[in-house]
Amino acid sequence: MTWENARIDKAKEIIEMYPQKRSALGPLLYLAQDKDGYISDDSIVEISRLIGITEVQVQSVASFYSMYKQEPTGKYLLSVCKSISCEISNSSNVIQKVKEFTNLSNNETDDEGLFTYESVECIGACGGAPAIQVNYETVEGLTPEKAVDLCKWLKEEQPKVVVADELQLKFGGTKSFDWAIEDNTGSSSPVPGFQTYEMQEEI
Amino acid sequence: MKETILLTKHMRENPEDSHLLKSYEKNGGYKGVKKVLKSGTPESVLEEIKSSNIRGRGGAGFPTGVKWGFLAEDQERYLVINADESEPGTFKDRILLERDPHQLIEGMIITCFAANISKAFIYIRGEYAKPARRVQSAVEQAYEKGYLGKNIFGSSMDLDIVVHLGAGAYICGEETALLNSLEGRRGEPRLKPPFFPAVKGLYNKPTLVNNVETISSVPWIMNNSGKDYASLGVEGSTGTRIFSLSGHINNPGNYEIEMGSSFGEFVESLGKGVRNEKSIKAYIPGGASAPWLRGDQLDVKMTIDDVANEGSMLGSGAVVMMDEDTNLLFAAKSLVSFFAHESCGQCTPCREGTTWLENILDRIASGRGRASDIDLLLDVCDNISPGLTWPPKMTTICPLGPSATASIVSLMKDFRSEVEVLLPKKVVVS
Repeated sequence: MTWENARIDKAKEIIEMYPQKRSALGPLLYLAQDKDGYISDDSIVEISRLIGITEVQVQSVASFYSMYKQEPTGKYLLSVCKSISCEISNSSNVIQKVKEFTNLSNNETDDEGLFTYESVECIGACGGAPAIQVNYETVEGLTPEKAVDLCKWLKEEQPKVVVADELQLKFGGTKSFDWAIEDNTGSSSPVPGFQTYEMQEEI
Repeated sequence: MKETILLTKHMRENPEDSHLLKSYEKNGGYKGVKKVLKSGTPESVLEEIKSSNIRGRGGAGFPTGVKWGFLAEDQERYLVINADESEPGTFKDRILLERDPHQLIEGMIITCFAANISKAFIYIRGEYAKPARRVQSAVEQAYEKGYLGKNIFGSSMDLDIVVHLGAGAYICGEETALLNSLEGRRGEPRLKPPFFPAVKGLYNKPTLVNNVETISSVPWIMNNSGKDYASLGVEGSTGTRIFSLSGHINNPGNYEIEMGSSFGEFVESLGKGVRNEKSIKAYIPGGASAPWLRGDQLDVKMTIDDVANEGSMLGSGAVVMMDEDTNLLFAAKSLVSFFAHESCGQCTPCREGTTWLENILDRIASGRGRASDIDLLLDVCDNISPGLTWPPKMTTICPLGPSATASIVSLMKDFRSEVEVLLPKKVVVS
């Protein structure tokens, strides 16, 4: 399955932003993952053609970065932080509870394709440790119980767009700093919700 | 002890809409750049920056004016903002990106004017999706107003800014790895020499790579003066700095202060003390890469040079406090695992060494430690960073490998008995 025209147009638009085509490789990998939940073989072929580098060059970059997924990812990617500030704030309890609830080990996806679980390195939420990201939307000041509530809510509601501020309000606690500004933007897939790389609804 | 509010002024006074161009401008924003474009010269800007004595806020603390002065002549030059903030404990750039993106953009325009640059990038770590959205919106607002693009502010200057997302690699905070990443390559650091960014940077062209906080300070310096900035703080650590305070603290957060007070004052006064009235066993003064200081060293002054004199570093300004109940072996294990996970794999001592260290700490933590493990840990560390000094000697292209040894060396130097009790006694054969 090759990319549909709209995606190719978007890719070309992104390539235009850079003095050299290859710089668009990272963004194009996100574009691939946005729809498929991972970097498929077809996407690798497509991207290598669009940029004019070999497939193995694309694959070598895709496999270097932890946010490009080599296998299909669930609708909600749960990333619990385990780095120092979270570690000393009992993130291991949060990790344990989330693993129990989802019945997943590190980097596993459930059969329904709903959750993928991973424990990750620092996500820059140290003042609000322990913290989690859902599709790269941050929730700070978690407790193990609230983390489970968050997973339950995602399972029941299955929101189309995950919004950091909404999750924080419902399940978060102490924040790294005052977020202050009202915000309802978020992410609709297991890639960072970022306007430049986002596709239109109909695709 | 009080905060000194320069960089965080606008976001504090206009909390609800500090991210919008109209709010930023209404409160004095873009005034500095207009003044510069109207009556300044690149030389005059560079002079102000030099006289401010500001040093880079990313971690290395290199004097910014000197860095700008190194930029080689070329038709094509680039500015790259390092917003790959990933040093565990650090979340200061996140607040600047999220809540005052126009301050950064204004700083970038002034920087590009001074360095005759017409294309700039902001490389934001992929996990900072929300900050990236804010910055991208701000860039779009600036384009609409004619503050970016062709003939900005009606002058002869052109400037384009591209916001680029990373994809989960701490190593891309190292400037040459960042440039590789921005070129669509694996984030592997480049050898210096020859690849000093100021000479051979992005696409092999002269490139300035600066931290978010550093460039966000530029508008204030231009609105006031380099001399005003230099009058804050102490010699060698001028101006204000945003410290990220986390760990076992009542009031964690970002605090903008003049450098020069002690860590103890900082914790007591702004951090509102240690949680549950415990005492501090150890603390990290400048991010995960920095050697630890002990709880009885809280009187150390928060300046680049004072912390260096204690054998550590102020680094990225991330202060992590660990109370008396902290299991320091687990803390070290978490830090070492981080570096093992983030090693790019280019250099053997780092690629192999960090994983060995992780495995040895794992077995000690799970009660399977061997009598010889402390010696073995230190031996592996010594192979990554000969002599175990700080700043470290390197066997690797970049400082990531040596950074992994910092927590182990600290643990063995000051808290060795905590590990020893977990190990079987050495058997002496007579």
